[in-house]
Amino acid sequence: MADVIKKATRESYGEALKEFAQEYDNLVVLDADLAAATKTGIFKKEYPDRFFDCGIAEANMMGVAAGLAACGKIPFASTFAMFAAGRAYEIVRNSIGYPHLNVKIGATHAGISVGEDGATHQCNEDIALMRTIPGMTIINPCDDVEAKAAVKAALDFNGPVYMRFGRLAVPVINDAETYKFELGKGVVMKDGTDVTIVATGLLVNEAVEAAKMLEAEGISARVVNIHTIKPLDKELICKCAKETGVIVTAEEHSVIGGLGSAVCDAVTECCPVPVVKIGVNDEFGYSGPAVELLKKFGLSSENIVAKVKEAVKLK
Amino acid sequence: MDATIKKNLQITACKVRRGVIEGTFNAKSGHPGGSLSISDTLTYLYFAKMGIDPKNPDMADRDRLVLSKGHTAPALYSVLAQRGFFSEEELKSLRHIGALLQGHPCIHIPGVDMSSGSLGQGISAACGMALAGKLDSKSYKVYTILGDGEIEEGQVWEAAMFAAHYGLDNLVAIVDNNGLQIDGPITEVCSPEPITDKFAAFGWHVITMDAHDFDDIERAFDEAEIISGKPVAIIQKSVKGKGVSFMENQVSWHGAAPNKEQYDIAMAELDAELKELEG
Repeated sequence: MADVIKKATRESYGEALKEFAQEYDNLVVLDADLAAATKTGIFKKEYPDRFFDCGIAEANMMGVAAGLAACGKIPFASTFAMFAAGRAYEIVRNSIGYPHLNVKIGATHAGISVGEDGATHQCNEDIALMRTIPGMTIINPCDDVEAKAAVKAALDFNGPVYMRFGRLAVPVINDAETYKFELGKGVVMKDGTDVTIVATGLLVNEAVEAAKMLEAEGISARVVNIHTIKPLDKELICKCAKETGVIVTAEEHSVIGGLGSAVCDAVTECCPVPVVKIGVNDEFGYSGPAVELLKKFGLSSENIVAKVKEAVKLK
Repeated sequence: MDATIKKNLQITACKVRRGVIEGTFNAKSGHPGGSLSISDTLTYLYFAKMGIDPKNPDMADRDRLVLSKGHTAPALYSVLAQRGFFSEEELKSLRHIGALLQGHPCIHIPGVDMSSGSLGQGISAACGMALAGKLDSKSYKVYTILGDGEIEEGQVWEAAMFAAHYGLDNLVAIVDNNGLQIDGPITEVCSPEPITDKFAAFGWHVITMDAHDFDDIERAFDEAEIISGKPVAIIQKSVKGKGVSFMENQVSWHGAAPNKEQYDIAMAELDAELKELEG
């Protein structure tokens, strides 16, 4: 077996900005004193005259992005998810969402895998917050290939987009040569008949691994990658609900308001089936190495296997 | 200022004030006090200063204005109606269901450059517009109007830092210093004073202005025009409720609409002023 290449999606974000800058001359990048961490520094090095550091002032950064977009620029406002979706929520809502401006928000360091920095920086609420803003598109890519494709898709889409990237290096599971990204469309990573595991972000790989383990135990699990959380691919979710009769969701986010909630919203309307949600429960995180934290919080293939076994009994 | 131009501006400003009263009366809500205090400044900007085209509100090279103190939308709408962006009739359905004119400025209204009204946010958007102008080597100016209470919002000072850091000399922020906010005099609520010193300390060129004297308004904006390398803050000394006797300097008229009796008195006063001006 070939060595698994690992890369953090924040790295992919920085590289993609640089890669697409030439083709999209209206692309500009804003950051809030975190260019080294969000990886927008990669862009800054190549295009210093199109990079603007706003200092540690995320509220203003979002407003500046709105003004730039109102004048035809495509600003990528970049900071940690905690500050992009959390601190600046109301500016994102009123100055970007309400006027439906073409601002792209690059939110890195999302979720529990921030690791050692602990609870203050582990944003498990951003998807929930962004979902409530009318017209906001939310993309949570699972690997390097998908993250770069997401940036391209965001560039080609006219409207506000919240993109969620991680700090931790994760396996590259998609093939750059053949991968096609379609905004708002889920991807069936593996077919199955007994249960559907709907995953997003770094949990997609865990779900694929879990499905392999379940196969060995005689459970046929379908794996669906939802990279676009809003608008959700309701058609696919409902099809899976009908065909497999039970759904397990997996996300590196609170079980309140994230992918799991979005899936529940969809199936209750079209095909009510049991949904078991895997995510961060109603609690704050704490400091520790990212990989260990993910295991502690049940964001692992092992826990997905355990939850799927419980879920199929609910059918 | 040329006497005829001045007279015409005074006449227009009086009509703008009538629109503020008309709008808030019909809406049975809204913010007449702070609308009346910025009516002269808006009239000057839209009739004597800004490069705009009511027939082409989205013209790329137009000067822009972000009403950061968005609750005073009646004044902005009234001046836009006078300037021909939409019919004056629209003011009568201000804040009504299905109306063009929303309670706070909305970017989809002809002539409105930015949705605003959640205080402290408009100045940041104005910074973004000014930065875009610099990037594109455009000569347009960006104006933004803030309340003196509004500058208690921390985001205003984030924006002030940003504008000075990037040398946005195509940005003019006007602070409407009428001295009153919802809970009372600004100096008693949580004082933002000294306002001029604060903007100066943040690296802005600061100009003070009498908000109800067109000669002084022209002087201030002429000075703003020639400043280079730094953003300009115009601190305008104004009277809340200006032009309607019983509303002047009364905090109670911050966010209350006139009833029929009050509407009639206010309109009679403004009509009398208009008649006198038109001679």
